Amino acid sequence: MENRIGVYICHCGTNIAGKVDVEKVREYASHLKNVVIARTYMFMCSEPGQEMIIKDIKEYGLNRIVVAACTETLHGHTFREAAKKGGLNPYLVQMVSIREFDSWVTENKEEATEKAKSLIRAGVYRVNYHRPVETTTYPVNSNVLIVGAGIAGITAALVLADAGKHVYLVERQGFIGGNMAKFDKTFPTLDCASCILTPKMSAVKNNPNITLYTYSDVEKIDGFVGNFDVTINRRPRYVREDLCIGCLSCIENCVYKEPKFISEFDEGIGKRKPVYVSFPQAIPLVPVIDPETCIQFRTGKCVQTCLKGCPTKAIDFSMKEEKVNVKVGAIIAATGFKVFDASRDSKYGYGKLPNVFTTIQMERMLNSAGPTGGEIRLQDGSVPKEVAIINCVGSRNENFNAYCSRVCCMIGLKHAHMIKDRIGADVTIFYTDIRANGKGYEEFYRKIMLEGVNFVRGEVASIIPSENNRLTIIFEDTLLSRVRKKEVDMVILNVGLEPHDDWEDVRKVLNLTCTKEGWLMEKHPKLAPVTSLSDGRFIAGAAQFPKDIPDTVAQAEAAAAEAMSLVDRGVVESEPNVISIDENKCSGCKMCISVCPFNAITYNEEKNIAEVNIGLCKGCGACNAVCPSGAISQNNYTDDELFAEIMGVLRE
Amino acid sequence: MNDNFEPKIVAIFCYWCTTQAAELAGTSRMTYAPNVKIVKTMCTGRVDPQFILWAFRNGADGVIVSGCHPPSDCHYEDGNFKWFRKYVLLSKTLEQAGIDPKRLRQEWISASEADKLKKVITEFTEEIRALGPLKHPIREGGD
Repeated sequence: MENRIGVYICHCGTNIAGKVDVEKVREYASHLKNVVIARTYMFMCSEPGQEMIIKDIKEYGLNRIVVAACTETLHGHTFREAAKKGGLNPYLVQMVSIREFDSWVTENKEEATEKAKSLIRAGVYRVNYHRPVETTTYPVNSNVLIVGAGIAGITAALVLADAGKHVYLVERQGFIGGNMAKFDKTFPTLDCASCILTPKMSAVKNNPNITLYTYSDVEKIDGFVGNFDVTINRRPRYVREDLCIGCLSCIENCVYKEPKFISEFDEGIGKRKPVYVSFPQAIPLVPVIDPETCIQFRTGKCVQTCLKGCPTKAIDFSMKEEKVNVKVGAIIAATGFKVFDASRDSKYGYGKLPNVFTTIQMERMLNSAGPTGGEIRLQDGSVPKEVAIINCVGSRNENFNAYCSRVCCMIGLKHAHMIKDRIGADVTIFYTDIRANGKGYEEFYRKIMLEGVNFVRGEVASIIPSENNRLTIIFEDTLLSRVRKKEVDMVILNVGLEPHDDWEDVRKVLNLTCTKEGWLMEKHPKLAPVTSLSDGRFIAGAAQFPKDIPDTVAQAEAAAAEAMSLVDRGVVESEPNVISIDENKCSGCKMCISVCPFNAITYNEEKNIAEVNIGLCKGCGACNAVCPSGAISQNNYTDDELFAEIMGVLRE
Repeated sequence: MNDNFEPKIVAIFCYWCTTQAAELAGTSRMTYAPNVKIVKTMCTGRVDPQFILWAFRNGADGVIVSGCHPPSDCHYEDGNFKWFRKYVLLSKTLEQAGIDPKRLRQEWISASEADKLKKVITEFTEEIRALGPLKHPIREGGD
């Protein structure tokens, strides 16, 4: 049967048509060999656009479709489905990007038009060689893996567990709750963070559909969408979860009578013992023993008063790493963020000057379960009378992070309110711009202004010590264009948010893509904000980009819904780009076997040929490239298709 | 040399990293030379040296191949290495056959490196412009 090709050129409003002369391109495409009809339309992806294609397939007997529009990543599925509705095999469609690869990246209109012609020509040449591709479906495991048990991971876990899905929730810290567990109050409602978080934490613990692995890392993920094989490494906490009753008598009975070591959870302003819990409502309420500071681990000669005091003998110094294997159908990455290390910007004197704190330290100080019991104190124990809050530390700064961290302005306002409220100190906020763009945020900003907080639009140059342990802030008042000074007792650095230091390792294990800063990349910022580029893997929370708690929770619920949509559907389509081997051409040289990373090809000795297990093939096409006899052919990327496309972009 | 010479360049990009970078360059509205036309494969491991020779034969003055950063960004474990081995050999072959190996450029561009993509495309287009049109018997109708 001869090829009858329809070419559909999208205006995309003015996105394409503003640069590319679509009518000229249509005219050109209509004269290409085998093209029966070429049309343009304002929005090809819209219902009428798709209907146009479906109608033409029937009316003109089309058996090949070329759509010149955005990208296959964005709308490949849309047009394959349209072709299917028209009765065509969906893989007889070729998408050509004349937006991302042309109109959006080309300055000159004529050049953009010429480029569109050659890209469409390549698409038409290529589509001539397309063959129908049949895929199968296979069952999906209904369990879900969630990596990270901060507010994002917890929220997603509860949504899925309440729907009856089994969730494996993996947290690298000893306790769940993430950064939110450190906060005292949340803006703009000033709810107590614990009051909204701890019930969710205990719901996680009590939900039979959630298996919680704390102090654990995801080590390896094998398999593919719908059928992932996950290896979890459980680090030893030296207190057995199956025996511990959470009485915390080990902490009480530790040979260290007083907490002596810097508490990571308290961000350096509090102390802990070698055996500790993050805070009294921690989940799981099973202490962790830190071998770096525990005498038993350091010397082997401790009197082990912790063990003697333990009523269930849950302390076990011989605990080892343990590997757990779980099978899941979908994965949600909710790995969170870290705060900017303020000592990297030396002008603030953080780490050198006493009484220069970060916002997260302030959270711990304000928290009634924190190291100061909620008291705002200078290092000498006195109460500050004048406090400065400096915004944009590490954010909106080309030397560190160019982006706005989105939450800091509101945190600064919240702290200003709480400091004034608790100790009546004079508070000044040094800001770049106040960004208060959420529900109730602008109103909160206004309320804080009316409370008498001082606002200075200023760029801080340095902070230097002055008499009586006070601090002098030297800054440029950017409204007056003048250098000014301000003396205070305490400085709070409003530090920005950053990806974790090991984001690269996390990304690799989870097989996700990141921005150059290390934030997890979504498939599309608007159309697929919680879907990653890798099938079956979703993202939620500040691991994607700084966001506040309402946005994090919304995204976590969305990620849970996406994961549920996958596991509830119960089946996924098999990889379409798999290879086939032509028995008659195969010489049995085994080159393909040596390049296949997935052991999908085996050698049949009897027939002296290679055979493929398409269930294992992931469609990279490496074997197609090395097969010397042309026996291997990758669906949708055959030699003929690629040769035709290359020729098409180059010449008529 | 013809002052109006506009090089024809084929860019073979893997889907997961460099095609995504090209899409990001688009959504970020970064402009670059229209001379470069993108052809995508799922993986650079799929790239057959014949594709490059075929491109030169059909009028390309330069070819760029770009995939995921080694060692372990490749979506298919090590397709980038598989391509790289071929690239090294192909460069030598091109030189022996009288085609300046500078006409074949090899890059690793990740999904977030749209700025690198723009830089590479711009640079390479200028390099090929300076080299002039490919004149070689591989061209159909050539000498």
